[in-house]
Amino acid sequence: MFKKKSNLPPAATYKEVWQKGDLSFKLSFFFMGLAQLKRRQWAQGISLLGLELAFIGWLSFSGVSALGMLSNLGANKTKRVVFDNAQGVYLTKLPDNSVVILLFGVLAVILVLAMIGLYIASLRSLRTLYVQVRDGEHVATNREQLRSLLDSRLHLTLMVIPIIGVMAFTVLPTLYMISMAFTNYDSKHPIGFSWTGFKAFGNVLTGDLAGTFFPVLGWTLVWAVCATVTTFFFGVLLAMLIESKGITHKGLWRTLFVIVYAVPQFVSLLMMAQFLDLQGPLNTLLMNWGWISHPINFIGASANATVARITVIVVNMWIGIPVSMLTSTAIIQNLPQDQIEAARMDGANPFQVFRHITFPQILFVMAPALIQQFIGNINNFNVIFLLTGGYPMNNNYNGAGDTDLLVTWLYNLVFGQTQRYNASAVLGILIFIISATVSLLAYRRTNAFKEG
Amino acid sequence: MTSYHAQRRASLIARYVLLALLAALWLFPIVWIVLASFSYNDTGFVSTIWPKQFTLSNYTGIFTSTQFPFVYWIRNTLFVSLVSMVLSTFVTISVAYALSRLRFRFRKPYLQIALVLGMFPGFMSMIALYYILKSFNMLNLGGLILVYVGGAGLGFYIAKGFFDTIPRSIDEAAEIDGASRWQVFLHIGLPMSKPIIVYTALTAFIAPWTDFIFSGIILSSSGNAKTYTIAYGLYNMVHATKGTSTTYFTWFIAGCVVIAVPITILFIIMQKFYVNGITAGADKG
Repeated sequence: MFKKKSNLPPAATYKEVWQKGDLSFKLSFFFMGLAQLKRRQWAQGISLLGLELAFIGWLSFSGVSALGMLSNLGANKTKRVVFDNAQGVYLTKLPDNSVVILLFGVLAVILVLAMIGLYIASLRSLRTLYVQVRDGEHVATNREQLRSLLDSRLHLTLMVIPIIGVMAFTVLPTLYMISMAFTNYDSKHPIGFSWTGFKAFGNVLTGDLAGTFFPVLGWTLVWAVCATVTTFFFGVLLAMLIESKGITHKGLWRTLFVIVYAVPQFVSLLMMAQFLDLQGPLNTLLMNWGWISHPINFIGASANATVARITVIVVNMWIGIPVSMLTSTAIIQNLPQDQIEAARMDGANPFQVFRHITFPQILFVMAPALIQQFIGNINNFNVIFLLTGGYPMNNNYNGAGDTDLLVTWLYNLVFGQTQRYNASAVLGILIFIISATVSLLAYRRTNAFKEG
Repeated sequence: MTSYHAQRRASLIARYVLLALLAALWLFPIVWIVLASFSYNDTGFVSTIWPKQFTLSNYTGIFTSTQFPFVYWIRNTLFVSLVSMVLSTFVTISVAYALSRLRFRFRKPYLQIALVLGMFPGFMSMIALYYILKSFNMLNLGGLILVYVGGAGLGFYIAKGFFDTIPRSIDEAAEIDGASRWQVFLHIGLPMSKPIIVYTALTAFIAPWTDFIFSGIILSSSGNAKTYTIAYGLYNMVHATKGTSTTYFTWFIAGCVVIAVPITILFIIMQKFYVNGITAGADKG
């Protein structure tokens, strides 16, 4: 069903199509689809030609200007008062809206690239058509071509809508934000901003934000390691406890724990913040029991940084352990029993079996999932944002608190009072680099481990 | 022999006790949330475990409030989640099926680009999404649906992992018998993948009920509380209106309980698929 790609040279070169093809082939190099139309392949011909005409129309009406303005993001950078001759009055002229210019510029670049891709695809299909005509082979009819969309070209039919969606709502915004990192878009240049190269990167890595970036990065990594390790380790232990011999109603026990994870996080975490509040029920309870004399400030604005960080990790265990319990249960059920039996015969105690056989096996199977969890924890917005909001405050930081991760700091830089949009874009790129490096290294290592 | 039995019995009891203690510890905050939703309170603060006075007024309050149009929020969210469920499931299943069962030129590039895009923090795209939707005048529930559906083309991993497990020989047999690939998809692929369709649909359905960030950015600019979805509405109730609405804090808890119950039940139904998805992904590496 899936043919291997043939390594034979193509049946005809583009040069041959150009030189020996009839007029319709020659014209098709400029107006896609003409050769197809001549052979009554209406659907393909009309869509190719129509798309090209639409593209040219868009390019001449707005595409060229959108691409042109991309070079300086609009000429007027500041608010000015100009004299309007037509009305004979002074008018305040707002700067050009660079946000919109940049957005449509990036969109225009994507459209141009898409058009180039389409053009290459059309050339390829032109060559196939040429070979069919030249060799007197059967030329597909319009009906056959349409039918192939449900058969040999089903992937086009299935993928076209998803790809448009991904382009519009993921690729475009991502490219837009990446380009924003190279501008001076901040609270001082809220409307008209310009390209400034790597200046924003400099601000984050060595400038006024460096004093926040490196401590926050450090805590983000500490947090990601602690959160991943604790939930995984205790999740495995919990799964083994539930799976151990003699425990009945295993499904029910699991469900009891999973309830915590199933509750929407903005409910469970916002309420947890209330639960741990200075005057919240936990402090009240502990004081009533006489365990503490003063309420503990777990996560408040003036809490101790270390206390708050430990609290965050513990609360994350509350939410995360049920998930890793679920996943490791599936693995424990499928573990080969022979090694365990053999070890028992040789007199290993349950702890030794766990330490030397069960746990390494689970770790081995779970390694890729753990890497994903680690990256997920670097980007774990909900736990920090909903639970502490970045608190306790830290006066040495710029727009961040002691428990803020890079992502929550990114959010603050955009929606907080500092409005450092370009710095937030830089952070996004740096987070991407960290995640990509970690997964690349880890996958390399696990793959080597597997092969070895 | 008896000592051996006694030892095993003791171990079993110890394990049961430990399990019960842990379960109690885990569920304690959840139980407290439910209890707090029944507590009579006008200080905006719940500082006790067991309510001093039980009342249903929080539930009647949140359902009849004009300041917090809870019924509108439920209606909006239901609308968004149903439309997005249908469209997203269609998109996700199409992509997953094509990437798993069909071979075509841009398959590898698509997988690689999806991997790279997934490593950018989602928040990065929020400002851009806001301006995209604003320039098309779509800062409303329709725009929110577009955002959810637009992202569905990248959430194919679990469904693809499922399709990968169906043996290819079935497809080949059908093709030898003269079926087109579309017929194979329709009459063999889809019927065999009912569980994963259910899972994908439920995931897509749940997302709008729990997302307070994207919905907040897209819907907040209208300033009209009647256009909010439930997650943003409730979140906004305790955050944006801090101070003035602390008296409604117990209403907020009641609202949370109302939506958390169905979502929790749906998730518990889904947990089996969830595990299969994760471990299937883990196998592939």
